[in-house]
Amino acid sequence: MSAITSPIREPLVQGNKSYHDITVDLCTPTERTPTRAWVIAFIIAVSALTLGIVCILITIWVGIGTWNLNRTIGWGWDITNFVWWIGIGHAGTLISAILLLFRQKWRTGVNRAAEAMTIFAVMCAALFPAIHVGRIWIVFYFFPYPNTRGPLWPNFDSPLLWDLFAISTYFIVSLLFWYTGLIPDFATVRDRARGLRQKIYSYVAFGWTGSAKHWQRHESLSLILAGLATPLVLSVHTIVSFDFATSVIPGWHTTIFPPYFVAGAVFSGFAMVQTLMIITRKVLNLQDYITRAHIESMNKVILVTGTIVGVAYLTELFIAWYSGYVYEQFAFFNRALGPYWWAYFGMMTCNVLSPQLFWFKKIRRSITWTFFMAVFVNIGMWFERFVIIATTLARDYLPSSWSFYVPSMIEVGIFIGTLGIFFTFFLIFVRVAPVVAIAEIKHIVTSAGNQYVDDNRDHHEELVAETIQKVEQES
Amino acid sequence: MSVANKNIVYGLYDAPEQLLSAVKEANADHLDIWDVFSPFPVHGLDPLLGLSESRLHIGGFIFGLTGTLTAFLGITWIFTRDWPQIFGGKPYFSIPAWIPIIFELTVLFSAIGMVLTFFIVNGQGPGVNNPILDTRITDDKFCLAFDATDEDGGKYRAFLEKTGASVVNEKSI
Repeated sequence: MSAITSPIREPLVQGNKSYHDITVDLCTPTERTPTRAWVIAFIIAVSALTLGIVCILITIWVGIGTWNLNRTIGWGWDITNFVWWIGIGHAGTLISAILLLFRQKWRTGVNRAAEAMTIFAVMCAALFPAIHVGRIWIVFYFFPYPNTRGPLWPNFDSPLLWDLFAISTYFIVSLLFWYTGLIPDFATVRDRARGLRQKIYSYVAFGWTGSAKHWQRHESLSLILAGLATPLVLSVHTIVSFDFATSVIPGWHTTIFPPYFVAGAVFSGFAMVQTLMIITRKVLNLQDYITRAHIESMNKVILVTGTIVGVAYLTELFIAWYSGYVYEQFAFFNRALGPYWWAYFGMMTCNVLSPQLFWFKKIRRSITWTFFMAVFVNIGMWFERFVIIATTLARDYLPSSWSFYVPSMIEVGIFIGTLGIFFTFFLIFVRVAPVVAIAEIKHIVTSAGNQYVDDNRDHHEELVAETIQKVEQES
Repeated sequence: MSVANKNIVYGLYDAPEQLLSAVKEANADHLDIWDVFSPFPVHGLDPLLGLSESRLHIGGFIFGLTGTLTAFLGITWIFTRDWPQIFGGKPYFSIPAWIPIIFELTVLFSAIGMVLTFFIVNGQGPGVNNPILDTRITDDKFCLAFDATDEDGGKYRAFLEKTGASVVNEKSI
């Protein structure tokens, strides 16, 4: 259906793709033998994962003493990494759910990979709270179930328990949303496959036929899941920020935290999507589906959320000064000029200043610039969490207990390990599932494919020229 | 899965517009459509096929409400009856502190319930092998199918050819 498309809209699918071209282009990455680049990347990722597992086992075997936490600084890299990963996850839900509700067609190019990223990031995030409790073998005490300890229940009034519920719900809902979206595409792969591959994809495609009633239900389900995931994603990082905001630590005890954390989460998540998609589109040859228009749209989101984060930083500083509360004032003075000044400096440069370059259209549309900016933002957002957590704890009320914290090799190893987990899963994902949602691209191609958009534009220009001529003749 | 085999006559169209006009013509000719298959949702098809709006959202609401009540009543019972404790000077019955968990369980129950309902009513699940008429339906073809078990498929074949189907076939499923 060549639906009416605004002539100023940029095509979202390039290369005059027919339905069959789309099937072939998006299925082939799962069908051919892995490329050398993929194998090398996979080996690196699995090595990092192995390192992570070793470090986690040492942590469990020896105890939390292997980390350089001390009586003053109880949260270090563990919770920093936890918040960083969970934040990264947020972009996937934003793209798949919020942009679906807003009917943004450009989401179709990136939503599948972004949702996968969410799931893997949440897995990495969930690892940290689980291991930081020290005695992981009784970690199931967190869950409310009738038990022989009284029954003694968890504390439902505690933000830490809210967090458990939020993260678990977020992981399950994201997984369901992602998988139901994948089912029609698994069916496409199934119908092209032979032998064992066909058997495997038949199994995972859940017997999808493409019947009209099934499609109707599928659309209804996607829309409602999007409607549920939208408040959910906002609630998850809000609750993560409650872990800090409901405490009485100066620098944490602020009402600005929930919106500021959510904006920061979306900001860092989009940066990670950019990092992944720029490499993926190049390696899998998907430039026709993930176009510069997609990258520019995401850069606009990065610019907006980066600016919100910047405003939040400045608001925090202003309120600390304006409150007249010396402990709060000191907390912020210490962040900017204390022993961790470099983390604060890194955070400000990477998060507030560098995204401002995206005001320039040339930079917004440049692949190289975008890639480096995305890496910058990821580093900056990691620093932000480090600044909030470790810097604040290092200088508490009693100068006699002031401390300084440098992570141990085990902590660094676990962080590298989570990067390994994340990339291992992502690399497996690009091998086994279509990275771009096939059915959704087919759905939009007749309104957003370049051949149709160009036709529309030509037609529109002709109409304009004719009208001008007519008016000129009449006058 | 099906007890008796069905004999299905189907045609494959190249574009959703063709499918829509063929469905319209079939309605005009009073032909009984068995099912329609497509690689992506074709909008405008549901009213032509007489499909009523999906009631999945009603299910979603009921599942969500179950989650809300589970969390609210569960925490209420635990913190006011089973093991009352004071945390941070809050009363036993402190709704504001429970809102996050009540909300999360609402979303969780609703999402899981709806997805399970979706698969059950569709007859889908891990390892289910529903009969597939043609492998190109998930690729680039739009399929209109008639059930010709108890009658001669000739009129359906003629109809499909007349309305411009690029492939017309018969299959026993």
